[in-house]
Amino acid sequence: MSVENHTAETPAGERELPLVLLLPPLFPHFHVALTHKFRFLKPWESPLPREEFLAAHACAVRALLCSGPTPVDAELLACLPRLELVVASSAGVNHIDVAACRRRGIAITNAGNAFTDDVADYAVALLIDVLHKISASDRYVRRGLWPIKGDHPLGRKLGGKRVGVIGLGSIGSAVARRLEAFGCTILYHSRRKKPSVSHQFFSNVTDLAAESDVLVTTCTLTAETHHIIDREVMLALGKDGIIINVGRGALVDEKELVRCLMEGEIGGAGLDVFENEPVVPQELLHMDNVVLTHHQAVFTPESFHGLLEVVMGNLEAFFSNRPLPTPVSE
Amino acid sequence: MKPTKCRVEERGTEDDRNPNPKPFSSLTTPPPAMESLGVLLTFPANSYLEEELSKRCKLFRLWETPPENWRQFLRANAGSIRALVGTSTVGADAEMIDALPALEIVASCSVGLDKVDLAKCRERRIRVTNTPDVLTDDVADLAIGLAIATMRRICEADRYVRSGAWNAKGDYKLTSKFSGKTIGIIGLGRIGLAIAKRAEAFDCPISYYSRSEKPHTNYKYYSSVVDLAANCHILIVACALTEETRHIVNREVMDALGPKGVLVNIGRGPHVDEAELVSALIEGRLGGAALDVFEHEPHVPEQLFGLENVVLVPHVGTATWGTRKEMADLVLGNLEAHATNKPLLTPVL
Repeated sequence: MSVENHTAETPAGERELPLVLLLPPLFPHFHVALTHKFRFLKPWESPLPREEFLAAHACAVRALLCSGPTPVDAELLACLPRLELVVASSAGVNHIDVAACRRRGIAITNAGNAFTDDVADYAVALLIDVLHKISASDRYVRRGLWPIKGDHPLGRKLGGKRVGVIGLGSIGSAVARRLEAFGCTILYHSRRKKPSVSHQFFSNVTDLAAESDVLVTTCTLTAETHHIIDREVMLALGKDGIIINVGRGALVDEKELVRCLMEGEIGGAGLDVFENEPVVPQELLHMDNVVLTHHQAVFTPESFHGLLEVVMGNLEAFFSNRPLPTPVSE
Repeated sequence: MKPTKCRVEERGTEDDRNPNPKPFSSLTTPPPAMESLGVLLTFPANSYLEEELSKRCKLFRLWETPPENWRQFLRANAGSIRALVGTSTVGADAEMIDALPALEIVASCSVGLDKVDLAKCRERRIRVTNTPDVLTDDVADLAIGLAIATMRRICEADRYVRSGAWNAKGDYKLTSKFSGKTIGIIGLGRIGLAIAKRAEAFDCPISYYSRSEKPHTNYKYYSSVVDLAANCHILIVACALTEETRHIVNREVMDALGPKGVLVNIGRGPHVDEAELVSALIEGRLGGAALDVFEHEPHVPEQLFGLENVVLVPHVGTATWGTRKEMADLVLGNLEAHATNKPLLTPVL
């Protein structure tokens, strides 16, 4: 394959900015910073169907910025014969056909550690909320019920709880570190045992659930981890068990989760993600032992700034032939 | 069944593993001295406590009489009432103590003693106990949970989802990051220190105000609450309520904390000038607030109900099955110690 120069010189002698295919949406905050340095191909702005547009304009594209959850599937990849890099704007890359990229030698970068703190904070807050009934009792107060019905039902202590972390990467580790300060005991499941970690390791998620009071899912979504929390795991977790999901909706078998909550087979859940966003199972909307948020865990200015730096860093490194800062290795 | 995991208790849904079992156990038979102890319980905050008191002692329930008839009720039973168990709602003020000439001990089911007239107790040589330590963790956990909930707008998000309004996948707004923000703590006692320890795991720098600087901490000390507020992002009230600390968070402090600052009150309602707080929040001079306590519980200013930058909870700081049982056991243990002439477990006076 010949090395093509995609920075054609204009008559004025200035170099053209490197070309990047963009999959929407591009966060407004990013637009100014990135359009200073890169030229974006925006298929959705064209009246042509996507395949035609790409055939006409994208055959030379070497980099793709996937700025949201739009899938980067084999079909799309087939339209991009020169593609060498996919830059994701999330920590998870489940929306990208990683196997197809690997086959073609296409590198993938993700958000690195840009979101770690905020997602970990959110997971901890969801857990405290479920146990102490913060959102539920806030609703109670705002409905004027405190003077009428008296004290709200009691919650449950966080201290002493055994928390099973599923996926002890940077986010899982950050969650573990925080919860230890509250007197929780950390247990974990990971693809492989981590020799530098002193927490008890479980190679089997059901066994982890059997020894835990709480399960927190902080792993990436892959074919292997799809529905990693299934009915068997929920039953092992038990009637007082709490599930906190800040990963991807499909890590949990949502139908089973609803059934287990309705039947009292588990005690509660804090969910920032769902299998079919923005659809949330109706039954959950009436439960007081769940806390439901609309995929908000990463949305702080700091995470976004961090993400912009990572995205920019990866694109700049790529176009200057330097090592990528946050490559995803499978 | 797995013995090491949560067992379903009759009373609640929790098995709280307690590594430090208290001397009192609800399984033992009460000594005769307890059976003849007349105990006035002021408020029905703790059903387990009420049950145990009625099984073990001669229990008088103050709330079964309307307040306007309390004097009469107390006069009628004054000869029998030797112990009073108070709560954060109804304690033992001078008038009540005067009405109980046989009173020997006030065992408060709380750590705060703002509702107990300590001077009067001292004068009458009445013993006073409270419930320190057993509630420290829960209150500290709640303080952090409330702070993050406010900064990250978690309750608001939950309301949004429940309203059915979430219909676009990319719907988001930026909220304030919690990790790394400076926490200012008013009062570095047991609860204040526990809050600091938790916040440190989020890389939050800690500063504090106290009557005097504490020698064994690395936290930054401010001798003025206004200075503390001006130099922190999240201000948490964790001191005792006394004459000096009433309205310790006033307009000046709130203005210093500012439009990006968040106030968390897990102390007592009167720590904060509530009327000023409401206007500061409505006018945007204060960024947000998480309140577990209010000046006139259970009444909460309705102007707060429509605000998205507040979290309002009904005095739930100690409201977990495990902690309420431990508090009650401590009260019962103190009463038993008193009745059997043994050293009190957690005396204040």
